[in-house]
Amino acid sequence: MTASQKIWALHLGLIAVLFAAQYVLPPYHATNLARIMVLSIFAMGYNIAFGYTGLLSLGHALFFAAGMYGMGLSLTLLGWTALPALIAGLVAGGLLAGAVGVLALRTAGVSFMIVTLMFAQAGYLALLYFGTITGGDEGFNPDRSLRMIGSLDLSADTPRYLVALGLFALALLLCLWLVRSPFGRVMVAMRENEERSRMLGYNPFAIKLITLVLSGFYAGLAGAAYGLLFGYVGATFATIQYSILPMLYVLLGGAGTVIGPFLGALAMFYLIDLASGITDAYFFVVGAALVALVLFAPKGILGALRERGVRWLP
Amino acid sequence: MAAVLALTAVGLSLVFGVMRVVNVAHGEFFMLGAVLAWFVTYYLPLPPAFAWLAALIIAPLIVAGIAALADVLVLKRLHHDPEATIVATIGLLYMLQQAALTFYGPDARPVAAPFEWRIQLPWFGYSGYKLFVVLAAGLILWGVWAFMTRTKAGLVMRATQVDRDIARSFGINVDRVYAGTFAFGAALAAMAAVLIVPIQQAHYLMGHDPLLLSFIVVIIGGLGSLRGTLIAALVIGLSDGIISMFFSPTLAKIIATLLVALVLVFRPQGLFGAKA
Amino acid sequence: MAPLMVAQDLHRHFGGLRAVDGASLSLQAGEIHALIGPNGAGKTTFVGLLSGRVPVQSGRIELAGEDITHLPAHQRVKKGIAYTFQITSVFPRLTVFDNVALAVQSAGAAGLDQQVATHLSRVGLADHEAMLAGSLSYGHQRLLELAMGLALRPRVLILDEPTQGLAASEIEGFKALVNGLAPDTTVLLIEHNMDVVMDLAHRITVLNFGQVLAVGTPQDIRQNRAVQDAYLGGHDAAD
Ligand SMILES: Nc1ncnc2c1ncn2[C@@H]1O[C@H](COP(=O)(O)OP(=O)(O)O)[C@@H](O)[C@H]1O
Ligand SMILES: [Mg+2]
Repeated sequence: MTASQKIWALHLGLIAVLFAAQYVLPPYHATNLARIMVLSIFAMGYNIAFGYTGLLSLGHALFFAAGMYGMGLSLTLLGWTALPALIAGLVAGGLLAGAVGVLALRTAGVSFMIVTLMFAQAGYLALLYFGTITGGDEGFNPDRSLRMIGSLDLSADTPRYLVALGLFALALLLCLWLVRSPFGRVMVAMRENEERSRMLGYNPFAIKLITLVLSGFYAGLAGAAYGLLFGYVGATFATIQYSILPMLYVLLGGAGTVIGPFLGALAMFYLIDLASGITDAYFFVVGAALVALVLFAPKGILGALRERGVRWLP
Repeated sequence: MAAVLALTAVGLSLVFGVMRVVNVAHGEFFMLGAVLAWFVTYYLPLPPAFAWLAALIIAPLIVAGIAALADVLVLKRLHHDPEATIVATIGLLYMLQQAALTFYGPDARPVAAPFEWRIQLPWFGYSGYKLFVVLAAGLILWGVWAFMTRTKAGLVMRATQVDRDIARSFGINVDRVYAGTFAFGAALAAMAAVLIVPIQQAHYLMGHDPLLLSFIVVIIGGLGSLRGTLIAALVIGLSDGIISMFFSPTLAKIIATLLVALVLVFRPQGLFGAKA
Repeated sequence: MAPLMVAQDLHRHFGGLRAVDGASLSLQAGEIHALIGPNGAGKTTFVGLLSGRVPVQSGRIELAGEDITHLPAHQRVKKGIAYTFQITSVFPRLTVFDNVALAVQSAGAAGLDQQVATHLSRVGLADHEAMLAGSLSYGHQRLLELAMGLALRPRVLILDEPTQGLAASEIEGFKALVNGLAPDTTVLLIEHNMDVVMDLAHRITVLNFGQVLAVGTPQDIRQNRAVQDAYLGGHDAAD
């Protein structure tokens, strides 16, 4: 097989396996998997910015929450139906990422991390401040009757799984196409050496802004889907913790790999699930995982595989 | 409480100044100081004043020990790479917070003040302890200043700040300086916490606000500039109260956070720093 | 004939250090122009001003009559000024193919694979396509750097000490390659190897302490007393 064939086999194979999984898995795990797939979309978006382009943001919770509230408020305030509301969420995530990017991309490195963190924090506080609209700390549950696409009831298990899988597949294939496109090559060039890329005629600011907006679309879509599929919209999703989460998934699965975010989300989700069976020290697991990852496996699972000879891995 | 804020912020600023890394777990060192103060005063069979004094010494020492350990075990092996360090200290933040929750519990608990008397002025009373905190913090800050500018250890730290490679070639053990600085910065936060804990109760989530405020102070003051940090702490400590008088506390926080982000974007050298 | 590129009275100081201190240069279309001078003379800084890597403090730069003094570097590249780094600066963790592809696609050309192959074979790296750039030998990295410059299909190609670290045989290949560029591409060449300079250059500018000491044909420069004192000094011209 050529590398290209292997790549397609791998990614389409993953989607096929996930499709089959719903018939095999007990409902508890199927619901978990639906959740993981949606969170993977978020992590894929984070990976586009961080893994491929080298933008280490600590503010992605803001874009996730923008998607979630963009969707949720479109349902409740504007009376939109689920599908347009989902798209509203997607757009909200991308637009906000663009707005933050225009400012934050004037900085780099540690300053970029702090600035994105600060913007996200301000966003979170704003959600609390406008509590009368957003439901503040408690958030709100969009009514079940609103969470329908046509006659498809998204709060029922099977449609929920299918929609999660559909969005996941779309996001995955798009990401695969993106990173193998000429633009993907430029993204990586930015990560590797911005100054050199500039001297090849690329405008770093523009490239990074486009990337961040793409990343924001992913985060927004994930947030909107999460709220729609699991029926809850809340300010907790705007906290710093939800900026750390996709970073954790990406680091674990392998930054700069297409499937890495999914693998990381899957592994982390079940690690926490397992750990919380033994102890309630959930944060300790997350913290220890972060430290262990940066120390011992900065390339993550797939990154390590790629170094050990599976070089065709996109 | 501008004085305590300044103390915490100086710790963060010192670490950034000398080591060029941002310690996201700084607020947790603060929290740890307060929680340890509670443990010390609760378990030591001493009258409040002495128990508190003991805490003022023991808590920062333990926190410094933990910080030094974290530096040697984790940060050193990351070569203090700025971005990896942030990720690692976020991990540290979670671990410390969880440890406090597990061993200390979710409740806020008070620590008795070492002494109670009020300064009675004709028109209002003022807690003598608060005044004492201001004086003590001021004294410690002055001590830090003197330490940095007058002593050999301070000189070594400043030399390392300017250029770690040159410092190394002059025979300075950079690893030891880093571990020491990290520990020292953490100890300052812990000390600030012990000072404040008779006024505010100890709680496992209490590290959040000082972290945010310290960030704000350090950024406004100019990353790594001690003098800027001090001025910024005073200005912000005083204005925080004023702003929240006009706005709701949440709105005040939103404005402050956005302002800080914008300062970092448009004036990375801080409001008081010289132009780069 | 109007020159293709003109730099007038450029200044760039670093603190008290006058790295470029009122230097001027004009490039005729199609010429190979060498820029020489002792170490620290300001050559790299000067071409940094031309390529936009280093902001100009005062002076004026024109390309084909258009003022580009304050154009950002990436836009100058789009206008046809390519710069190859003195300190090798390929993307070490990307493949040789990707390194050149980045340049090819920046120039907006169709037939990516084809073009990458062409440029790589021009510098003799055709069979290194799949290797990681960082694993190439130093000399090969210099050649890759050159291929990236060529792949931008520039009007003005600035080469900063391209033969440093090349073997004698590779230098011969390099000379042939640059000679072949001559009519279509204007070359500004910083070079320490006097053989290469004397063989290739149509004109030479000598820089010293950030100022132009002399401009002329290789003949002129060889005979110029000031140049001999300041630069060639006691050395044999072909050191
Ligand atoms: N970014 C910079 N900051 C400070 N000094 C610089 C910088 N770049 C170059 N210089 C100084 O400018 C002078 C000229 O350097 P350069 O242009 O590299 O000379 P050349 O390429 O002719 O050897 C040198 O003294 C060098 O140290
Ligand atoms: Mg040079």
